[in-house]
Amino acid sequence: MHAVAIRPSPSAPGAAGFRELVAFVEGASGQRLRECYQCSKCSAGCPLARAVDLSPQQIIRALQLGQPELALESRGLWMCVGCQTCVTRCPCEVDLPRVLDALRAYALASRRTVALREVAVFHRVFLETVRRLGRVYEVGLIGGYNLVSGHLFDSVDLAWPMLVRGKVKPLPRRVRARREVAAIFSRAEARRERDCEAARSPEVAR
Amino acid sequence: MTAYAYYPGCTLHGTAIEYGLSTQAVCRALGVELRELDDWNCCGASSAHAVNPWLAHGLVARNMRLAGATGLDALAIPCAACFARFKATQQALQDPETAAGIEEVAGGPVPRDLEVAPLLAVLTEPGLLGKLEAAVVRPLAGLEIAPYYGCLLTRPAEVAGFDDPEDPQSLDRLLRTLGADVVTWPGKTACCGSSLALSRTEVVLDLSHRLIAWAEEAGANAIATACPMCHSNLDMRQAQMRRAGLGSHAMPVYYFTELVGVALGIGHAELGLSRHVVDVRSLVERVPAGARS
Repeated sequence: MHAVAIRPSPSAPGAAGFRELVAFVEGASGQRLRECYQCSKCSAGCPLARAVDLSPQQIIRALQLGQPELALESRGLWMCVGCQTCVTRCPCEVDLPRVLDALRAYALASRRTVALREVAVFHRVFLETVRRLGRVYEVGLIGGYNLVSGHLFDSVDLAWPMLVRGKVKPLPRRVRARREVAAIFSRAEARRERDCEAARSPEVAR
Repeated sequence: MTAYAYYPGCTLHGTAIEYGLSTQAVCRALGVELRELDDWNCCGASSAHAVNPWLAHGLVARNMRLAGATGLDALAIPCAACFARFKATQQALQDPETAAGIEEVAGGPVPRDLEVAPLLAVLTEPGLLGKLEAAVVRPLAGLEIAPYYGCLLTRPAEVAGFDDPEDPQSLDRLLRTLGADVVTWPGKTACCGSSLALSRTEVVLDLSHRLIAWAEEAGANAIATACPMCHSNLDMRQAQMRRAGLGSHAMPVYYFTELVGVALGIGHAELGLSRHVVDVRSLVERVPAGARS
């Protein structure tokens, strides 16, 4: 996780793209990135720190130093499962999971390279299921994930044990008000787009 | 009779069916009425917030509107992941500007004064714990249980507003009330890898194996959990751990409601004990019937 050296970049913090990103992330997360003083408590407690390139505190540092690409394209961004250990222990009360939620939303809206494609595919298939049915349907979720990710035989060893124990149903349960749920998706996407637009406007001050 | 609006969440109708069955059975036995929200939708955990916070709040908000329509003041949620998303939206609603955005996405006003309670809090509320103690007919003598809270019941503390984020006690108290022994172990609030189960299975196997190994080292003969995500990672993946060279575990993993049900003398079929991948029946069958010592 120490493979990447993060140094101050003399030009980047003033660049328009960077201001836009910080405005979006701070707006969507309600957090101030400069409050972090790099004590590393977040990384010490992070269950996934040993499985990532940038640790939690390094992601914040990359943003503080005007190197958003490092953060946006890191594996750490997509590995976080939101266990909330970091925010629980942060002496500055920086809610890092919410910063990462906002950063992922920005990365997707601005069509960045996603370092862990499978994780993004999982989220997409999961949410497509909810958009169509109103609820999660595990058979569809696993099948859809395997198809889209190309990992055709992942988790198939769990299918039989789940089936014989009545843990999966042959057909999905659907919500009656599926249109209402789909409308929530449309309005939420429109809202995210609008926030990105607003962050891009020249009035955004730092 | 205490009545709660009830949000089971998707897993309780699927992979966590035994959590749903045992929750219903136990609440019936203890006189807690659960009124399931009509036509509830998925709360979006654990994907919506990861890609679009507005979507996460909008999906939760529709369910909160349904809960408001029941006229009840409190909503009980067994799933730790769903509970955490409802609490996050409640917190976001405190900011007027964000609240306006959430109501715009949700398509209408969202109730502000709803009490959102994890099922563990409902069952360990002092009055009910006393009632439960009196109703135990089959104390869980001889069971050495590792209480596993996971991440989302208690963290972050100011959002969850339940128990202690580093060393929670409610499940410990509940298990002792049932007559079980509670082991001291370091895994109480450690993460199992959660929703990476499909996309980064090796990470989940590693973290979940570590949890089971800690429980074994502490002398536990079972783990008790309150989270469907934790449960499926710990119970369903022990064979995969073995194949990956990560120990050779055969650790029974209970939902805490199943243990409450066994202690109350409810039948194993009604509790859904046959639905586990790692057998949980033989351990509780060894518990002697009869009064507490």
